[in-house]
Amino acid sequence: MPLTHLIADQYPVTTAPWPRFRVDRESWSRAAQTLASGEVSLVSLWAEPGQVHLALLDEAASPAEIAILSLACPEGHFPSVGAHHAPAIRLERTIRDLFGLEPAGAPDIRPWLDHGQGASYRFLGAEGPGLHQVPVGPVHAGIIEPGHFRFTVHGETVVRLEERLGYVHRGLEGLLAGAPLDRAIRLAGRASGDSTVAYALAFARAAEAALGIEAPARAASIRAVMAELERLANHLGDIGAIANDAAFALMLAHCGILRERVLRTADEVFGHRLMMDRIAIGGVATDLTGAGLRHIRALTTYVRRYFPGLVQLYDRTASLQDRTVGTGIAKPDLVRRFAAGGFIGRASCRAFDVRRALPYPPYDRLAFEMPVRGEGDVNARVWIRILEVEQSLALIDRILERLPDGPVATSLPAIDGTGREGVALVEGFRGDIFAWLSLDGEGRVARCHLRDPSWFQWPLLEAAIEGNILADFPLCNKSFNCSYAGHDL
Amino acid sequence: MRKELFAGLVLPPLTEASPGADDALLAALGPEFERATRRRLGRSLAIREVDAGSCNGCELEIHALGNAFYDLERFGIRFVASPRHADLLLVTGPVTRHMREALERTWTAVPAPKWVVAAGNCACDGGLFQESPACLGGVDAILKADLRIKGCPPRPVELLRGLLTLLEAAQR
Repeated sequence: MPLTHLIADQYPVTTAPWPRFRVDRESWSRAAQTLASGEVSLVSLWAEPGQVHLALLDEAASPAEIAILSLACPEGHFPSVGAHHAPAIRLERTIRDLFGLEPAGAPDIRPWLDHGQGASYRFLGAEGPGLHQVPVGPVHAGIIEPGHFRFTVHGETVVRLEERLGYVHRGLEGLLAGAPLDRAIRLAGRASGDSTVAYALAFARAAEAALGIEAPARAASIRAVMAELERLANHLGDIGAIANDAAFALMLAHCGILRERVLRTADEVFGHRLMMDRIAIGGVATDLTGAGLRHIRALTTYVRRYFPGLVQLYDRTASLQDRTVGTGIAKPDLVRRFAAGGFIGRASCRAFDVRRALPYPPYDRLAFEMPVRGEGDVNARVWIRILEVEQSLALIDRILERLPDGPVATSLPAIDGTGREGVALVEGFRGDIFAWLSLDGEGRVARCHLRDPSWFQWPLLEAAIEGNILADFPLCNKSFNCSYAGHDL
Repeated sequence: MRKELFAGLVLPPLTEASPGADDALLAALGPEFERATRRRLGRSLAIREVDAGSCNGCELEIHALGNAFYDLERFGIRFVASPRHADLLLVTGPVTRHMREALERTWTAVPAPKWVVAAGNCACDGGLFQESPACLGGVDAILKADLRIKGCPPRPVELLRGLLTLLEAAQR
């Protein structure tokens, strides 16, 4: 049991549902080494003034376990985790930028989310005869989020890609601190617009854990319907967009129709196309009516009828397959080391899905298949999404079949003047979203940390593009579809 | 594939009727806009979109304008890859400190006459991010918006109505 071994004899803090422990520098460093050995995975690394926190996941345990280690840094520094375990490097650079705590012995101390004023940024080198650089962004040719990509290429071949993110840093965690819960959940729902349901769910679950309440069964089911509709909309849109990046616009046109139908159904049933602000702490803001149920059933029937033809179209178009098969391979060992979630992880052998590993209602009582492939290329990521569309359709039907009666929200308990803490891990369409929340004595957010799945997926894109041609970057990038806003916060 | 193409020939189009221009938005457009657009735009509008700090919700809905239901291009409106080809900058997000320079440079690259449209609550006035020290506020903090389209995010039909209002004003 690596997790219990790591935290033996340390001091527990009240947090729910997973434990948090105050540890000394020795245990902190031991945890970093255990991460490096691959026995546990990194969930997140974050800070608040004067202390750092490290959340770890033991995937091998059954059920999986999570524990949080906290280290006080009275002198303003802490032993670097990134020195042992690369996935922590960008998180440490962020901690240094936002809280001024120094990761002692860190391999990279360049700023990350803080761009400073006028300071120049040193990109990593790649030099040699025939190599040149292609800078792209932050404003891109298409309608996409801002970020900078620095390619070093040899002819057509990408030798190195370095990402520079942080352009959409909005100070979200800073705004969350001190916010009352109803404002905070609206903010959390805007971490990443395409995952608004998943973020609101993660925040709500963390808050509910802190308050010691649970959403009623009917609310949990409605939440899951919204989460699956969100997954459906994103996967359908992305499958089309990936094909479009291979100049196969027909697929985009058809997938765009399906995506639009999902959004319109969400609008009719829940009153918002992206379902923003529909999840509340303690339940949901909108109940499902009989008419709503019929709308959703009509949608799943429609997608089921329409989608297989498109899958066939994808699978039988040789010119399209020529672009996606073998392109942008994310190697399984790297994916495992970075504990990359979602379809990126599952396309490269990592069979991890929070809905399975650490199931929350109603998934704890629902059977569904978790598609996994091993090739790790663009095609595998498309296929995981195709199979997940089918799973989401099945899940929605099953949830609606046994939709419990009863209230859709539970009232919040009176705040008794003491601080409380809660944690949650939720499966968004892109992968696992982590939320840690501490409430002050008046029930306001004292500090909240949200970790997007993209933190551990962006670095893999740098590796996956290596050796591919520059022209295939849009294809690789879209098949990853990492979030900028969710990452930059 | 042949089946998909054939279906496209025999099925009726999904495209819906135009939402028409919005009177309130029309009234909000400055006289300067009307003067310059009449010469310039005719019945075509080239848009460069800039995400200046959005959560991406607005981008998703702007994307949707291109799908078969809204089919933006039938109105002569199209999104272009370069600010050099644009008549109009469509800006989303509560302009972050880190995007300020990129937004200014993009604006400089658009040839005159040119206009700015703020899409979404964040771009209109900073939205939920008004008080963040990492953000500068709505587009007005940097550029003067000629038109504001509210919503979080605005529905595609609302975006379309706003853009058609521009074209309508240009034709008067």
